[in-house]
Amino acid sequence: MIVYIAKRLLFAAPTLLAVLTLVFVLVRIVPGDPALVVLGDQATPQALAELRARMGLDLPIWKQYVVFMGQALTGDFGRSLVSNRPVMTDVLAVLPYTLELTIASLAIGAIFGIPLGVWAARGRDRTPDWIARIVSLVGLSFPAFVSGVLMLIVFAVELKWFPVISKGVALDDPVERLRSLALPALNLGLIMVAYLTRVTRSGMLKALSEDYVRTARAKGMPTQTVIWRHGFRNVLIPIVTVIGLYLSVLIGNSVLTEIVFNRPGLGKLIVGALEKRDYTMLQGLMVVYAFLIVVVNLLTDLAYGLVDPRVKST
Amino acid sequence: MSAASLPAPRARNSFLSRATRSPALLIGIVLVGLCVAMALFAPWLSPYDPDEQDVLNRLAGASREHWLGADSFGRDVLSRIIWGAQISLFVGFVSTLAGVVIGVLIGVVSGYYGGWVDRVISGANDVLMSFPQIIMGIILVAVLGPSLFNLILAIAITAVPAFVRIARGSTLAMKERDFVDACRSLGYSDMRIMFGHILPNIMDEVVVMASLWLATAIRTETTLAFIGLGAPPPTATWGGIVREGFENLLDSPMLAVWPSLAILLVMIGLNMIGDGLRDATDPRAPT
Repeated sequence: MIVYIAKRLLFAAPTLLAVLTLVFVLVRIVPGDPALVVLGDQATPQALAELRARMGLDLPIWKQYVVFMGQALTGDFGRSLVSNRPVMTDVLAVLPYTLELTIASLAIGAIFGIPLGVWAARGRDRTPDWIARIVSLVGLSFPAFVSGVLMLIVFAVELKWFPVISKGVALDDPVERLRSLALPALNLGLIMVAYLTRVTRSGMLKALSEDYVRTARAKGMPTQTVIWRHGFRNVLIPIVTVIGLYLSVLIGNSVLTEIVFNRPGLGKLIVGALEKRDYTMLQGLMVVYAFLIVVVNLLTDLAYGLVDPRVKST
Repeated sequence: MSAASLPAPRARNSFLSRATRSPALLIGIVLVGLCVAMALFAPWLSPYDPDEQDVLNRLAGASREHWLGADSFGRDVLSRIIWGAQISLFVGFVSTLAGVVIGVLIGVVSGYYGGWVDRVISGANDVLMSFPQIIMGIILVAVLGPSLFNLILAIAITAVPAFVRIARGSTLAMKERDFVDACRSLGYSDMRIMFGHILPNIMDEVVVMASLWLATAIRTETTLAFIGLGAPPPTATWGGIVREGFENLLDSPMLAVWPSLAILLVMIGLNMIGDGLRDATDPRAPT
């Protein structure tokens, strides 16, 4: 297992380096002079030169790259052009909110999606199956901002269960914190429910048609044991794959969820940085997003090792 | 009647019959067809000019004159939704088409030649795929600047990696087949083998993927419009109208509901088409 983990870590390193290079290039192909964009055309040449020096834009491009890589690898992304605070400070301050939201949504996806998928496979072409199909179709079709706005209208404007304009998240009050998490997590979780229902259903259909399941049934094993021990265990691999793949969709959609529900998080940070053309912040955020995806991929690989004993040996 | 006299079932026939037997595919085609018709006939269907402002009617509710009410500039919501279909569908179709063409070209070449070309391309592709698609779209539009062309370009770029991956995978499987060896021994050029013989054989999968990506592209367009990075105002976009409604949620919540329904109809329709096509092309897939 340790060799397996080490191998995976070794594979993650070049990906991360390539991602950093991509971010470096993307931020530098911005048309126009970033200093001019930030300060506006009324700025004096002196102020522009000063800002360029502060952003490191006066160095030759290869030197900029070396400096950027060095900073990125030590987790230092410079200071925000707007607030002048270190980018990492701002990012770390809101990162827990985004992680909390993503993990809660994943949990909702697993709690509702997996049983629904199993239920649908057992009742193939009957009512459970149709319910599951409609749920997953609707879940896949909703853009996150549409479902978010509709949820706000139903639960906040009409039913008044939640405040329409969230006052922010109370850190010290666990009940309030959960309450403020409920709607956003449900909104984001809907996507995961849809994906997991689908993959569980088709995986179970395949597993339940295998010979070893028929054998288990034939020797009189209880239905529950057949379904969970013989059927479901084999669906765990595709489930882990789907979770790993679509966590990045979840992280992407968390941006919209955070905007709609006025939650602090990376999403509000990125939209703010875009509006104010805060390039250092944008650069830092892109690296953080890419880093999150690399970590997710790594965890997915490790999870394979846990659910499938055959993986470790390879 | 002897078995030999029965006509052999042709692949194309069974594909068509499977496709038309699937009610999901038909419902999907009807839903998307409605939206396409709405976009094409917008000038005749819409009761008002979508950009005509009438401040007295600001955020007015539904009435005999304005069936779906008016937005915060007093513009007729029904007209704006009908015209908004043009933007969403146009951006969706064009960007998906561009993404498919570029992605499939790269993917086929990468899979066919293999070696270091393939390693470089699939490595770069994996890196591009390690950004969430929506965030990639947001950043590209922000970097390029908001205009209709840049919007299409950005969404097309986010689509490329997915098609590189699927075309490369299918090409890898295809180039081991006997007919490719036959082509080689006939002395066909690589170009002719790749685009005359391999490409037609992987189109099934590409088309299924493209129909599902069309939904993703339209979702990205509406999402960017909602954030304020869509087609520049005053162009009517569905995402933009939802934004209007979101900002006036307490005064007129229905303003956000109508464009949401339009978006949902298209998304559900496209997903049903994609699922129907997938089931029709892959008879082994459990439905």
